[in-house]
Amino acid sequence: MESQNYNYAIVRSFVVWSVVWGLVAVLVGVIVSFQMIDPDLNFPPYLTFGRLRPIHTNAGIYGWGVGVIFATFFYIVQRLCKVPLWSDKLAKFQLWFFNATIIASAVTLLMGYTTSKEYHEMEWPIDLMIIILWVAFAINIIMTIFKRKEEQMYISLWYMMAAIIGVAILFVTNSAAVPVSLFKSYSAYAGTNDANVHWWFGHNAVAMALTAPPLAMFYYFLPKSTGVPIYSHRLSIVAFWSLIFMYLWTGAHHLLWTPVPDWIQTLAMAFSVMLIAPSWGSVFNGYLSMNGQWHQMRENYLVKFLILGITFYGLQTLQGPMQAIRTFSAFIHYTDWVPAHIHMGTMGWVSMIAFASIYFLLPRIYGREVYSIPLANLQFWLILIGQLIWSISLWVAGVLQAGMWNAMNPDGSLTYTFMETMVEMYPYWWARAFGGLVYMLGLIIFIYNLYMTITKGKTTTAQTAVAEGRA
Amino acid sequence: MWEKKPVLLLVMATAAILVGTIITMVLPFAWVNTDADRIEGVKPYTALQQEGRDVYIREGCNNCHSQTVRPLVSDVLRYGEYSKSGEFVYDRPFLWGSKRTGPDLARLGGKYPDSWHYKHMESPRSMVPKTNMPDYGWLSENQLDPQMIRRKMETLDFPYTEEEIKSLNSQNEMDAIVAYMQKLGSDIPWRDSVATTIVGDLVNPYTGADQATISGWASLYSENCAACHGAQMEGEIGPELVGDDYDDEILFELIYTGITDSGMPSFSSLGTDKVWKLTNYIRTYKADGK
Repeated sequence: MESQNYNYAIVRSFVVWSVVWGLVAVLVGVIVSFQMIDPDLNFPPYLTFGRLRPIHTNAGIYGWGVGVIFATFFYIVQRLCKVPLWSDKLAKFQLWFFNATIIASAVTLLMGYTTSKEYHEMEWPIDLMIIILWVAFAINIIMTIFKRKEEQMYISLWYMMAAIIGVAILFVTNSAAVPVSLFKSYSAYAGTNDANVHWWFGHNAVAMALTAPPLAMFYYFLPKSTGVPIYSHRLSIVAFWSLIFMYLWTGAHHLLWTPVPDWIQTLAMAFSVMLIAPSWGSVFNGYLSMNGQWHQMRENYLVKFLILGITFYGLQTLQGPMQAIRTFSAFIHYTDWVPAHIHMGTMGWVSMIAFASIYFLLPRIYGREVYSIPLANLQFWLILIGQLIWSISLWVAGVLQAGMWNAMNPDGSLTYTFMETMVEMYPYWWARAFGGLVYMLGLIIFIYNLYMTITKGKTTTAQTAVAEGRA
Repeated sequence: MWEKKPVLLLVMATAAILVGTIITMVLPFAWVNTDADRIEGVKPYTALQQEGRDVYIREGCNNCHSQTVRPLVSDVLRYGEYSKSGEFVYDRPFLWGSKRTGPDLARLGGKYPDSWHYKHMESPRSMVPKTNMPDYGWLSENQLDPQMIRRKMETLDFPYTEEEIKSLNSQNEMDAIVAYMQKLGSDIPWRDSVATTIVGDLVNPYTGADQATISGWASLYSENCAACHGAQMEGEIGPELVGDDYDDEILFELIYTGITDSGMPSFSSLGTDKVWKLTNYIRTYKADGK
């Protein structure tokens, strides 16, 4: 069997480490959510909200998000190309360097070495490490594609290649800085330019790291899980090209009403609304692929994760454009509404797809059945409910605070002082922290289920192994 | 076609990504931070201010505080004149932030006296009881590193003097961050241009209000004034208020318009009604027999 030559060991290792960093990200998230309620939970200099919050976000994006990308792409690329990975040694280097980079990031951020740029806080030496990491990854994926045995490249491979290029362009451009010392640098861009470059990066990091890769996973693992192909190939082509073309125009919707030139803001607003089409192209493609298969939502736990995941993608890509409209942004920006939006994307969309992908591939790699489907179902409900508590409480909080910020007396003065609006947030911040705890419980059950699958799962019969062996 | 040719796909994807990138990210460099949006009077940071900015970055203050006032009524009323591109030409990196867990700081400079900031950094809750801002008093234990700061100023190409660098020896990170707070948004003389002018006669709408009613306004005082003037009006950062003999109209005007140079902020955003209530509360406090 040629599948025996596939490098599954590296997939295994990346799954394990991404899950470890995912737990760290969620744990730190829970800690900072309590720090927002009670400032006595800050322990300076290292364990303060200001230093821990970037660890939460970066562990989530680079540790969990990118870790899962490495794991699933190495799996998918071998299956779709029907050849083993181009270089096992390079992949092994990448694994160790990945963990070294994440650890170095966490330590330096704790020490206060930060550029302050959101989702790109790590200082220049770590930027260099991330670039090396990405180049190693890119070479391995692209070389594997070059020597593939299947001429036609499946949808997932398009999204992979776009993500690889996109992340490279974004990250390198936004890293440009002049070092003062090993752990301090100043941005190569100043003021308004720096803001515009940064949010071009910030928003498209979401596109290229947290949208294209989960779509690559979705397009691969949904048909794999249901046994039915994707509804429309043509729709996936249109959605792909329009998505990667339109996304790059939209960064300035993070900067509406700031000193960034108006025309950039207007373009960003227009393209954000247009982005609904390609986003929903993939959502519809997913839904329509379920034609006649909806009963699988009841019978197949993988489908449940995948369909709920793509549903949250659909909601995310409606809410996002709405926030990108000037009038709406004027009301809601800078409130807790925005983190609620982000967490629907990360907890609801990206992580749901990641959980499904790992549940699909890990048992197959080990030749075992998943340890417990009831536990997987329990996890599903915990992460779903946890995320909904998280997001809904902060949407309400955001609307409440925005309303209070804008409330005016008949004489044109403001009704509330800033503090009067802030103290109203505490009950919602409690609810958010509780939602985070529920989500973390779901994640712990996931990890337990994976551990038990690896160690105690029933060995699958040779026949299914052969059937699964088909790409 | 491209579905079978990876090189072609890579080239096409790169092109698709670069169109929006070039138009919305590269092109703006032709207009932004050029003479077109430069503002006279906006100066580079001094050595102490720049170090304060770097402390602000290190402690991740931007995670909770934004630094851009939007041209929206509620933003301008609450924080001050809206932000202009030319005010940020020396900011590397930008620190506009994306979340206001705490208030915007773009126009903080000159709003309060230094002593307010020292006390607030030391213990925010001593001044704003329900705030969730952590204490930063520990910054005053950290000495500055003048040689490193000199290197920073060289890298940024900001002017500095030897005396300036030398004086850093006797200052700490708390001094630096307070200096930075006082610089924020103060390069343009916006406070003078938005200073409130009272037109017409002031008439105290609460003349003759009974003591019980007036005592009910105590929370207005404790929330807005007590941090500086003391819980018993005994004075601390600001002067003692017990026994002052301003009449109603003058006291109203002081609270409403503030005293720009002395660190007394304007409370016009509270509206005339609340300011009149404060006026009456302060005026009758001693008569209250407390």
